[in-house]
Amino acid sequence: MDSHQDSHAAPVLNNAVPVRHPGRWISAVIIVGFLLAFLQSLFTNPNFRWDVVGTYILDTKVIQGVMWTLFLTFASMVLAIVLAILLAFMRQSDNPVFRWSSWTWVWFFRGTPVYTQLLFWGLATVLYPTIVLGIPFGPATFTWVTSDPTHGLIPAILGLGLNESAYLAEIFRAGLKSVDQGQSEAAEALGMTKGKIMRRIILPQAMRVIVPPTGNETIGMLKTTSLVLAVPFTLDLTFATNALANRIYLPIPLLIVAAFWYLVITSILMVGQHFIEAHYGKGVDNRVPAAINPAAAKASAAVAPSAAAEPDLKMDFPEEEAK
Amino acid sequence: MTITTEQPLVKIEGLHKYYGTHHVLRGIDLTVNQGEVSVVIGPSGSGKSTMLRCVNLLETISAGRISVGGDLIGYREVKGRLHDLKTKEIAAQRREIGMVFQRFNLFPHKTAMQNIMEAPIQVKGQSKTVARKRALELLDRVGLGDRAGHYPSQLSGGQQQRVAIARALAMDPELMLFDEPTSALDPELVGDVLNVMKDLAKSGMTMIVVTHEIGFAREVGDRLTFMDGGIVVESGDPREVLANPQHPRTKEFLSRVL
Repeated sequence: MDSHQDSHAAPVLNNAVPVRHPGRWISAVIIVGFLLAFLQSLFTNPNFRWDVVGTYILDTKVIQGVMWTLFLTFASMVLAIVLAILLAFMRQSDNPVFRWSSWTWVWFFRGTPVYTQLLFWGLATVLYPTIVLGIPFGPATFTWVTSDPTHGLIPAILGLGLNESAYLAEIFRAGLKSVDQGQSEAAEALGMTKGKIMRRIILPQAMRVIVPPTGNETIGMLKTTSLVLAVPFTLDLTFATNALANRIYLPIPLLIVAAFWYLVITSILMVGQHFIEAHYGKGVDNRVPAAINPAAAKASAAVAPSAAAEPDLKMDFPEEEAK
Repeated sequence: MTITTEQPLVKIEGLHKYYGTHHVLRGIDLTVNQGEVSVVIGPSGSGKSTMLRCVNLLETISAGRISVGGDLIGYREVKGRLHDLKTKEIAAQRREIGMVFQRFNLFPHKTAMQNIMEAPIQVKGQSKTVARKRALELLDRVGLGDRAGHYPSQLSGGQQQRVAIARALAMDPELMLFDEPTSALDPELVGDVLNVMKDLAKSGMTMIVVTHEIGFAREVGDRLTFMDGGIVVESGDPREVLANPQHPRTKEFLSRVL
């Protein structure tokens, strides 16, 4: 800084007249106008039958449907994530058999409609009425009668999970590839073994890239569960509300009930995703360093003023990043 | 001054490296004694980084042999035939060799302290308490005792590189490899990193340093090797080579960088 140019009087601020944006006002008027008209219709149009919505929104069948939908989403995503991690690792493996099987799996499950796959898994109970685990031609250790009234729960989870694993495998592969080559070289140079490098160095960094599209897929899965009637599995939210609608001949209020619950679950998932992203963004999305001792904390505030001045204020909408 | 005992720690013999049909290293011989600082210079593309990366097997060796501390790197010799080592055995060999990269390659999701503690805990099985104490000592040694809780993104390039040096030292290697450690740094940050390297040399660490810092070579180097086109063109006492280069290619290169 040049002391000669330092003037002791406070500078006169420029206070420039900002550029006007008439377009913003016009668009706001148009959009708000439409919104008001729509809101008015919600209240005045008797066909919405809000009284019916109110009656059924907490109906036992509906709440059970919500729970089953949540369970289906959760179970099939867990299955898909486990399979996808395996597939992504296999795809990167030195073993050509692994690479080839992983590629074929993705090719098949991504290449056929999920509805078709669900139909198939439903029919698999006809194809294999009982599944016996054990030594071939030897004694059985585990027998499962597939035609049990488990109501196609397992076929539904298999159908959804296997299909999803193909998509997630590609997301995971992209995530692993996104980590700089120098990271594994540095870890190798330190004498770390392959498994540890993957677990402690590569995966935590890949997660930053993996989490947003996986959140997207989870929300997608929530709604894809409505296809399980193909199996058939008949306890999920869409089937439950449809069944009620057909009974009382009032489809619209029950569609609103279903939409309401899907929105509630999606919103909760988005909040969860935000926290997962924040966790894996450590060190990359500029944040205040963890204080080891007060002196270090003070020093850190001094060197990293920008980081200290703007703590994690921005709340990103995950979908925006995914696209 | 450095203590030099005439006992070779690193022996590179007849090292060749091909990338497909591209012949990058064409028969390199290099010996580094215990406690010696061996500086390698040369134009970009001369193969000096590739040679360094062969020493800890970040590149496979196409032909020739490298031994560190008497152990053949990357192979086991059985009845005159070489057998590839398993990845676990290679990892064990790398533990004895520290490496510092041009682009630092710190782990961005870990603080300076965690970067240094990672390998001692995960590889050597040190306790957290021991590793933390040692990490703080090393951070002090590289002049960053007050930056333990910082993430790499919050450190300057020079500070990151000094953390990277501390991270390599935490494994107590018998050999340190430096791959153009100051090339990615702003000029005013180079000095701090070179000072840390000088201190390290004084403490008797055996070092191979690929660099463009001629001043460092003159001041700290025990031996200077000039590489060009995948071969060693000239090698000798740094002050002599720099003052009185014998080969025309060395002369030409030095006239351009000095």
